[in-house]
Formats: sequence, C-alpha cells, structure tokens
Amino acid sequence: MATKTLTAPVRMPDPRTTPTIDQVGIEERVARIKSRSIKKETKVQGMKLALSMIDLTTLEGADTPNKVQQMCYKAMHLHDSLPGLPTVAAVCVYPSLVKVAKKALGDSGVKVASVSTAFPSGQAPRNVKIADTKFAVNEGADEIDMVISRGRFHSGDHAYVFDEIAAIKEACGDARLKVILETGELGTYDKVRLASDIAIAAGADFIKTSTGKINPAATMEVTLVMLHAIRDHYLRTGQMIAMKPAGGIRKSKEALHYLMMVKEELGPEWLDNHWFRFGASSLANDILMQLQKEADGRYQSADYFSND
Amino acid sequence: MATKKTALTWTLAPAPESADHVKINAQYELFINGKWVKPKSGKYFDTINPANEKKLARIAEAGEADVDAAVKAARRAYDTVWSKMPASECAKYIYRIARLLQEKAREFAVIESMDGGKAIRESRDVDVPLAAAHFFYYAGWADKLHYAFPGKQVSPLGVAGQVIPWNFPLLMAAWKLAPALACGNTVVLKPAETTPLTALKLAELLQEAELPDGIVNIVTGAGATGAAVVNHPDVNKVAFTGSTGVGKLIQRATAGSGKKLTLELGGKAANIIFADAAIDQAVEGIINGIYFNQGHVCCAGSRLFVEEGVYDEVIRKLKHRMRSLVVGDPLDKNTDIGAINSREQLTTINRYLKAGVADGAEMYQPTCDLPNKGYWCRPTLFLNVAQSARIAQEEIFGPVLAVQTFRTVDEVIQKANNTPYGLSAGVWTDKGSKIFNLTSKLRAGVIWANTYNKFDPTSPFGGYKESGYGREGGMHGLGAYLDLN
Repeated sequence: MATKTLTAPVRMPDPRTTPTIDQVGIEERVARIKSRSIKKETKVQGMKLALSMIDLTTLEGADTPNKVQQMCYKAMHLHDSLPGLPTVAAVCVYPSLVKVAKKALGDSGVKVASVSTAFPSGQAPRNVKIADTKFAVNEGADEIDMVISRGRFHSGDHAYVFDEIAAIKEACGDARLKVILETGELGTYDKVRLASDIAIAAGADFIKTSTGKINPAATMEVTLVMLHAIRDHYLRTGQMIAMKPAGGIRKSKEALHYLMMVKEELGPEWLDNHWFRFGASSLANDILMQLQKEADGRYQSADYFSND
Repeated sequence: MATKKTALTWTLAPAPESADHVKINAQYELFINGKWVKPKSGKYFDTINPANEKKLARIAEAGEADVDAAVKAARRAYDTVWSKMPASECAKYIYRIARLLQEKAREFAVIESMDGGKAIRESRDVDVPLAAAHFFYYAGWADKLHYAFPGKQVSPLGVAGQVIPWNFPLLMAAWKLAPALACGNTVVLKPAETTPLTALKLAELLQEAELPDGIVNIVTGAGATGAAVVNHPDVNKVAFTGSTGVGKLIQRATAGSGKKLTLELGGKAANIIFADAAIDQAVEGIINGIYFNQGHVCCAGSRLFVEEGVYDEVIRKLKHRMRSLVVGDPLDKNTDIGAINSREQLTTINRYLKAGVADGAEMYQPTCDLPNKGYWCRPTLFLNVAQSARIAQEEIFGPVLAVQTFRTVDEVIQKANNTPYGLSAGVWTDKGSKIFNLTSKLRAGVIWANTYNKFDPTSPFGGYKESGYGREGGMHGLGAYLDLN
C-alpha cells in the first residue's frame, strides 16, 4: 500500500477552485448505498471488519485511569465468549491518560490515539496546541486527533487553518495525524469539501468528521463528501489518505453501509483499519450482539455484553 | 480506483426478493366488459421471464373481432355509465385503484421484474409507487376539470385506444389510464406483448375495485392487435408510447379520421456536463441517466457531452462507478442492471455495439459475470464518438452511452439539438444562469438540471420533433383527453 510519499509540493488549495458539492446529489447517492442489502457471510465479514476499525473512545471530564484501563481491556477482549474476533484499532483518550492507556494495551497492537489542540473547541493559542500535541506524543500516543480552528475557517482565514495543521503535523513526529473538521459546525457540504482539501494538503494522515461533542456528528452524507476529497487527492497524487467518521454511529447496520460506501466510492483497498476508522463507543456492543445472533440464531439481552 | 493488492474483496451475498407470495395464472384471457373472455381469434402466445427464459404464462392474442368487442364494451360503458356518473363519484373509483395498487405494491413490483427483467430496486422504488401516484393525482382532477382550463367548456372525448410499451409496463398503463378516466373517457388498452402481466393483474385489481364493467378493457397481443385498436372507427382518441417508426404509421393511419392523437416516441437525449459542475454528483447523474432500467428509457441520457477540461476526470470516475454496478438477477435487491427485455432487443443492442466498434469508437465495459441463461448486456461506454456515428444518432434503447466532448456553450447547444429527436436533456453546472440559458435553447420537452430521470405526476412529459407530441402528466396531460370549446 502507498504510504506517506509527498509527491506534490505542499500548497494551500485555492478556495475558488475547490470542487462544488450538490447537496441533492450527495443525499441521493447515500440513499442508494443504504438500499444495498448486506446479508449472510457479507454481513458477518463486514461486521468483523467494522470491529477492527473502531477507535474505542472515552472523552469525558470525569475520565480516570481506572476507567481507561477498563476500556483498554475491552479493546483487546471484545467478547471472549465469541472466538475469532479482532481487537479494535485504537483507543482514543485525552493526553493526560495516554500513558495509562499505553501501559494497559502493552504489545497488543491496539494503538493509542489522543485528542489534542485544546479539544474539542480548539480555542487556544497555537503554542498551547503544539505543546498539547507534543505532550501527548511524548506520553506515547501513536495517533493524534486534532481539531481545526473553525472560527478562523469561517472568517475566511484559510491560510491560518492550513498553517496550523502543518505545524501540528510537524509536532506529531511519527504519530499519524487525524484532522477533525467538526462538520456539524461548518454548515455546508461546500465548506466540508474545502476544509477536507486544506487538511489533506497540510499533511493530514486522516480526515475526521467530528469531535462527538456537537450535533450532528458523523453522517453518511458528510463522510461521502470527504471520501470524494480523498479520492480526488489519490487520483492526483497516488497518495492514500485515511478517513474517520466519528460520533453518532451506533448500529452495526449503519457501519455496514459506511463500509459499502467506502468500497464503492474509494475501492476495497480502503477496507482496512489503516485507512478507515469508526470513532464510536457504543457501536462495538451492537456489532457483538449481531455477531452473537448470527452464531446462535437469537438475540441476547444487552446485559450479556460488557459496558465499559 | 487503481487495482492494488488487497486482502478483502467483500462481495455482496445474494439478497433475493421472494416471489412466493406472487400469483400468476397459467393462462390469461382478454379483459372485455369486466369479464375474462377467450379470444375469438383462438390464438395465444407465451410471455417469458427474460432473466431465465422460462415461460411465465400463456396470453390471449386479440384479433380484430376481439378488439371490436372491446371497443363496443367501452362505448356502451361510456354512454350508459361513465359519462352519466358525477365526476366526484368517478374520482372515488380512481382513488380506490390507487389505494389498492399501494396495498399490492410488493406483488406488482415482483411481477414487473419477472416479466420485464427490470431490477426489483427500480420496480419497487420507482415503477409501482409512481403508478399509484399517477392515479392519486388524476383522481383529484376528476371533479375540477373546469378549473384546469378557465373560460373553456370541457367535455370527455369518448373511447380512448391506448397502446403502451414494454419498458415501464405498469407505469405506462397508469400514465394512460389515470388521465383518461379522470377526464371521463372509457378505455381500450393494449399492453406490449413481452410484458402483459402487470396490466392483466391491474385488470384483476379493477374488478376488486368494482369499477363498472367496460370502462377499462385490456386486449393483449402484438402489433396487429395494436393496429386494430388504433384503426377502429369508433375510437375517439389514440394515445401511443413506443418507437418513432410505429408512431409515424399511427399518425398516417389516424390522419383525417378526426381521432385526437398523442404520441410519445423515441429519444436520444443529450446529457451535458460543464466543467463547473459538481463532478462527482454529475457522474452519478450520468449513471442514473443511461443505466436506469437497462437503458430501456425513451428519455435516457444516451449522449454524454463533457466539457473538454474535465473530460479525463469524468471518464475516469465514470469507469470507476461502472465497476460497482451489479448486473444480474432482477429479483436480487442489490441488482443495479437487470435483464434485457427480450432476445430481439438484445440482438438490436448487440448490433449497435458492433457498429460502434466498427465506426472506430473505443468501447468500455466493466468485467462482471453474467448469468448463463437470459438476456444480458453489461453497462457500456463508447469514447471518441463522432457526431455522425450511428451510435450517436440512433436510439439504441439499451445500457449504451456515447461520449463526446465540447468546448463552448454554443457548440454544445448546436450538437445537442442536432438530432431528429427532442424528448429530454440534462444540464450539469453550478451556475444558475447557464442552466436558464441552455433550457431555453435546447429543443427538448423535458430538461433536467443537476439531476436526471426524475418523474412526478404533476409534471408534464412529452417531446419535440420526432419524439412525438402532446403532453402526459400534470395539468397539461388533461388536455389530451378533453374536448375544449
């Protein structure tokens, strides 16, 4: 698979030439993808894939080391009574809890992602955001989930947003950078597309829809717009960018539709947790419940699945 | 996207719609004067499932004597029942038809897919709901006709003879029956010989709705039956949807007869993509424009005009999108492109594919498996097509797209209009002024902007030039079934 090979010079995209998005067309395409009937072995395979793409997340003011340790155990042992399950892709925590998570996960292969840059609002000076990021990386974060400065973006200062992402990318070192656009605050698909292009050009490894703190969070429509930005970048440069819808994806059926969208719009190469993630906390248990049902032929109560 | 090494293909498992609940008789007679009548001709023909070439039912073939009986029944019902009934009462029957159609939507959708080959996704989400919507819409007009034509005296025409095609069998029946009945006419309807089943199921539904005998008569058969309907001296109105060739014959046959005539004929629509369009959505619109219903659509966007600056991007994305189209079993819920309607039509399409290659165009088809039995055609793209090539000039009526480029607005208008047809067109641009400029200059009856193949009962539909005349749908559609004084 193609990795980070910067072929084109890093340049701010021109907002005047950003592709326009037709809202009606986006909604119709999504409706058509949702009409795909995903059954039998396709469903089981898709659900296991979705599990392996989850960034299990806790981002509360009340998070404690013990809470994070419990979640890390779940990340590695989703439901031990069902054999053959993958681990999730990563756990996602605040910078102050990275070390705890890193230790708890050990050499399981599950990555530690940390939010940074004054998550979720991003309303802090740049030096604070850089320090926030460097702290998380030094604590052992494998991935950094930053937020863009939405206020600056709306006021038309796209260059500020671009420069900031580039600065955070530099602070990340080897950690992979996810750039959260917070699409629920951007207002139009045209702006989502422009923000995606800016983030990709500035060095994002992932583009990500939402913090999970704002409604609406991820939708298939907004994800499709971002997938098209990824596709256009790939067609231009040959470089793959990863995608992470986050927030609001709770049911396995929704997850399967997201995966079908990724497959049809980008291609099967993206069906891998290096290139696609779900930021979600309750999705895992719904998938586990469905997988258990596929195994037993009947649904079990939610009480049979651990809540962490 | 470029093919790369991948661990996972994640192909779709079969998701067939069940056909267990569907009831198809082994044999269908003619529906005349509210009864099932054996044909005086004594002849029958088979209707088959084009996806597996299996026989579905034996269908009566109406001869001239049968058509005469049907017209007489329609005349009697017009004189004694339908023209005497208060319009608000007529409306109740039409509403009842609409409601019953909604109730039986699933059965109609499955039969439509079995008899015609179209994907269940389309018959379920488009054909059947739209057919019901047409009955609902025109039922509302039945007692308000005076308001549609202020200052005019409106009166029904009498007996309407209607001949419909095989591409949207039930929907075309609804397009024809709903306005005819709402305007106070009685009907003799002739469905296409390859797809008679949903019209015959509709006849059963009309019995269940207790529509008085003779108001709708359904006579099955091929061209000769259609000719008998059109030529019958006691028919006051002829409505035909089908090929331009047959349309011309009908126009000649009805000339001087005093029969009111509407024709909805072929098309070779231009779908025009400007560089400032939302390209990814335009690509989806191209797909919907040409591959909807296997391209068996008179208003299909079969000529694609791409502004040169975005040509490479559009074609690359179009090919990518074509690779995710599922071709196969029409009853599978994931099928995008079903079976070609008949062996004859497949032969026609294949002849055009050969002609396209012979004329030097570059053909592209995605690689996908096709079932062993049945009639199939992969979605097809022709690049480097000359304006004078046959595949750019003639209606193929299959999933075949001819692509050309353009540089200026004037050039594309000139090329788009350079066809004997004029049914529909599509324009894709982010600029509103460009849309209005083009829509006023393209000679086509229906023009979609930033979308394609959208139908609604409130919207009139019909052509310019050799695509026919008269409008169906909307308030305009009433005029075709009324005498206005």
